[in-house]
Amino acid sequence: MEEKDRKVVITGMGIWSCLGTSLKEVRQSLYDGKSGIVFAPERKEMGFQSGLTAHVPMPELKGKVDRAHRVFMPEEAQYAYMATVDALNMAMIDEEYMEHHDVGLLYGNDSSADAVVKSVDTMRNKKSTHLVGSGAIFQSMNSTVTMNLGCLFKLRGINMTVSAACASGSHAIGLGSLLIKMGLQDCIVCGGAQEVNPFSIGSFDGIGAFSKREDEPEKASRPFDINRDGLVPGGGAATVIIESEESAKRRGAPIIAEVLGYGFSANGDHISAPNVEGPKKSLQMALKQAMIRKDQIGYINAHATSTHVGDTNEAKAIYSVFGKEMPPVTSTKGQTGHEMWMAGASEIIYSILMMKSHFIGANLNFEQGDEDTCKLNIPAKRLDNQNFDIFLSNSFGFGGTNSTLVIKNREDNWEATGEEEEN
Amino acid sequence: MNKDEMIKKMVSILASEFEVEEEVIVPEANIKETMHLDSLSLVDMVGLVEEEFGVEIKTADLPTIKTFADLYDYVYSRQ
Repeated sequence: MEEKDRKVVITGMGIWSCLGTSLKEVRQSLYDGKSGIVFAPERKEMGFQSGLTAHVPMPELKGKVDRAHRVFMPEEAQYAYMATVDALNMAMIDEEYMEHHDVGLLYGNDSSADAVVKSVDTMRNKKSTHLVGSGAIFQSMNSTVTMNLGCLFKLRGINMTVSAACASGSHAIGLGSLLIKMGLQDCIVCGGAQEVNPFSIGSFDGIGAFSKREDEPEKASRPFDINRDGLVPGGGAATVIIESEESAKRRGAPIIAEVLGYGFSANGDHISAPNVEGPKKSLQMALKQAMIRKDQIGYINAHATSTHVGDTNEAKAIYSVFGKEMPPVTSTKGQTGHEMWMAGASEIIYSILMMKSHFIGANLNFEQGDEDTCKLNIPAKRLDNQNFDIFLSNSFGFGGTNSTLVIKNREDNWEATGEEEEN
Repeated sequence: MNKDEMIKKMVSILASEFEVEEEVIVPEANIKETMHLDSLSLVDMVGLVEEEFGVEIKTADLPTIKTFADLYDYVYSRQ
């Protein structure tokens, strides 16, 4: 087999999100249509137009990571650490394996604002740089997640943060799959992380992008619905271990799914307003790379963030590719809000969990489509008994960066994960 | 604050921040070894002491502060 033809499989998943901090918990939340969105009054006191946010618990790392290292970790690196511990466990990758093999790390992240703001406050107030503390520089850099995880897990393969706005997590998995296909890496820890603190998204709130439906937090994020009025910021971290099929089989690891295709494109257009042609190209490329027919796609996990123009243009792009052969389309952001840098990775996990448990969660808060979104097949209620084995996931970002992944179900040694379906 | 009070406060703050038992912070013990400090966490210790005791520890003086007793003397004499 040519190196470039190697199959890329997923052998581990871990997540820290507003829907739960274990796969079991998250799967149940998806099944129940639970919302992770709350109203945070302290944001209003800071001058936010919208006090809506996802609620993501802070991990307790004391006892797990030494103090000397914890000071280097902003919240998103802490979320990513927790998700990665679980993903490596599922993939049956231990310290000894990482010691003797060049395991890579490609993680999506595109900000680390809290540490930057706090450092600047200290410098302004105290007129001192050393009082910002030894961790500030490592917490402040965009690559903070990969520098932290690389050192904590002693990873020795490729080590790089993928910054592509809200498509970061998806591109990380896509780029990792290419490196494995080419034979340059056997195993890569991929994922996406997103900070949740108010400083990180204050400027995003400033451009009026967030939903103002503060009296009904759980109904605020309503992708594709005619009454959507903006996104709700979320966050956390999601880790997906990808590996060559040979490597996974050699190790006796569970093979959870396969990365069939990765499509990408850029709009070369407006910095915040997406268009139709760019996403369409990304969708078409992913299908071509996956070498499947579009009618083989059993579910589309849309990028749709609950903004007017974003959801409309994605609906147009999906319709232009799938037309009448439209599988169910949902955006899990109705439940999670927009997990931004993390979303492309977390939504692969959400979709895999639903695929393996044979359901498609409701597109939360979808009541009525507009003239474009009504052309999609969007379930307002959960669909049970869904036996699809291939899905497609979109992620689009500011600057017009687009990423699409096509994932196929695999069940080799799945029972070893202890994640058997329950619903 | 007399010196005993200063030492008591110092031990409590350092033990809490660097996650060691207060009992291991004895005057003759080496600071870096006892609290497992490297060049980065040493920066944090200096910042913490400066914040809590209002005393500037000059970088040039750091090599002379090896034990906790050295630290107590340095801080107390400049308060």
